[in-house]
Amino acid sequence: MSVKLADLTPEMIARDKERFPLVFTAPLGERILRIGVPWGMIVLVIYCLDRFGFFSDKFWGSFGRMGIMFSQMFPPTGWEYMDEFTYAIGETLSMAFIGSLAGGILAIPFAFLASKNMMPFRPLQFGTRRFADILRASDYLIWGLIFVRAMGLGPIPGIMAIIVIDTGILITLYSEAIENIDRKPIDGIKASGGGRLQVMRYGVIPQVLPVLLSNALYMFESNTRAATILGIVGAGGIGFLLSDNLRAFEFSNALTIILMIIAVVYGIDYLSKRLRERFIHGDRVSQGHDRPMERIAAELRNR
Amino acid sequence: MASDTVSQTASVDIATQFEMARSDYLGRKRMYIIVFWVAFVAALALAVWHSGFSILAVIDGLPRTSEFVVRMYSALTIENFYADLIDWFWNFEEWLDALFVSLLMAFLATVIGTTLGGSLSFYASRNLAKNYAVYFVTRRMLEIARTVPDIVWALIFIYPFGVGPVAGILALTIHTTGAQGKLFAEVNENIDHRPIDGIRSAGGNWFEEIRFAVMPQVMPNFISYTFWRLALNVQAATVMGFVGAGGIGYELINAVKLLYFLDAGAILLMVICTVFLIDMASEKLRHYIIGKETLIG
Repeated sequence: MSVKLADLTPEMIARDKERFPLVFTAPLGERILRIGVPWGMIVLVIYCLDRFGFFSDKFWGSFGRMGIMFSQMFPPTGWEYMDEFTYAIGETLSMAFIGSLAGGILAIPFAFLASKNMMPFRPLQFGTRRFADILRASDYLIWGLIFVRAMGLGPIPGIMAIIVIDTGILITLYSEAIENIDRKPIDGIKASGGGRLQVMRYGVIPQVLPVLLSNALYMFESNTRAATILGIVGAGGIGFLLSDNLRAFEFSNALTIILMIIAVVYGIDYLSKRLRERFIHGDRVSQGHDRPMERIAAELRNR
Repeated sequence: MASDTVSQTASVDIATQFEMARSDYLGRKRMYIIVFWVAFVAALALAVWHSGFSILAVIDGLPRTSEFVVRMYSALTIENFYADLIDWFWNFEEWLDALFVSLLMAFLATVIGTTLGGSLSFYASRNLAKNYAVYFVTRRMLEIARTVPDIVWALIFIYPFGVGPVAGILALTIHTTGAQGKLFAEVNENIDHRPIDGIRSAGGNWFEEIRFAVMPQVMPNFISYTFWRLALNVQAATVMGFVGAGGIGYELINAVKLLYFLDAGAILLMVICTVFLIDMASEKLRHYIIGKETLIG
């Protein structure tokens, strides 16, 4: 029995609305949230702005000082310090490289402990995951501060800080990759009589290695950014020179350093992206070449 | 027979051709691998030499680090646990206030930064921007805002806006705008173009395209990334204080500089717990949003 749209009367609609209100509107709780949350956030934002002094004269007056600062920034100078800057940039890159390498390797055994399929003993698996969370809970600068206080100034505490956080993040990322593998090669190896170690070597690692490398390279980008600022707490790299120049109001020197940081980060980002493409999509040795083997194989097939 | 010889020579040729091409290919691959490993080892040697890294220094420093950590947390004894706890957190109210300031900083920066970055991201997406110039300029600006680390922005803003949370909030906002803008632009570039074509052919202008075709597709991703960015910003806001840009970082770095180990330990514990909680909440909210999306999508 079909009801045509023209046959609907207001009484019918009102009756259905009474019987099944949820078809016509959202439940009361959801409606409150839908109105309340955005307005609540707006109120909170305005309160915060007021509390921190964004509506005060002092704030708007500061833009004058900002104008002065920007006018002093251009053009970038500091070329006489270029060898100091380059040394510091080299230190930054070294820190990021060694830290990412060590972190990428250290995370592997822990990641196996932290994956549900490789470590069926739940408490140890859960504990390792939480351990990794604790490693990443503090920012790079906090770990940098701790290691500087313990080991003195220089790039080594910076490398340690990078290793700690890198390991923490990679344990989580690696273990997610290990949990997402295909069971079939593992079953195949077990069926041919392989032991635990062989399962790992021939079943898990070939599947998981490209993803591990891709994650480690992605962290290399992130660690480079962190290495540029670790110098602020004395842990090596260009951060110290940057904060030094800014505090001494040497804005044009600071701009030079910032431009160098941007260049370095872009460079490492690009390098990391190219390497990751190569690892994820297999080797591209024959890309763009004549691909003679494919051509010959196709010919043989067609004979 | 002539034809036999010809076909025989031809098939031998193909097989040899194949073998030659294969050994060629393997040779090239081997070259690439060798070059890569040589470059890698050279880079590693250069890095170790330049930074002066030595395993001995690490081994030497690790006991000092653990000693340092132990000194931060040696306030509690078993016998007098409750009284020691009160004593350890003697400045709890002030620290809690500073922590709250950090949280507000992160919240403010995330909301404003996401709004700005989200709006700009539509101009910075290759498929949605009105012309190439708009796309190029917006994209580069967002990238610069994102590449300069947030602490560096804070250092820049301390001169005009003084020491205090304002510099930190501005720094985090600009960095968040850049980061969210670029991330959202990448999301925008990966959407289905058919709803956009539909709106366009029904006579909609650019704004209506964005509102009715793009936003329904990208909203779950945007919200999920925003929760993640909130957790990241809480962590960043805690260290803004290291350079004087407000929040609990200032208390922490002062305690460390004045060698008040116990204070530093207490503050660090508060920071770690807060970050932990925000991380877990952020993850729960993100999985909720992703769950809703997969249910609908």
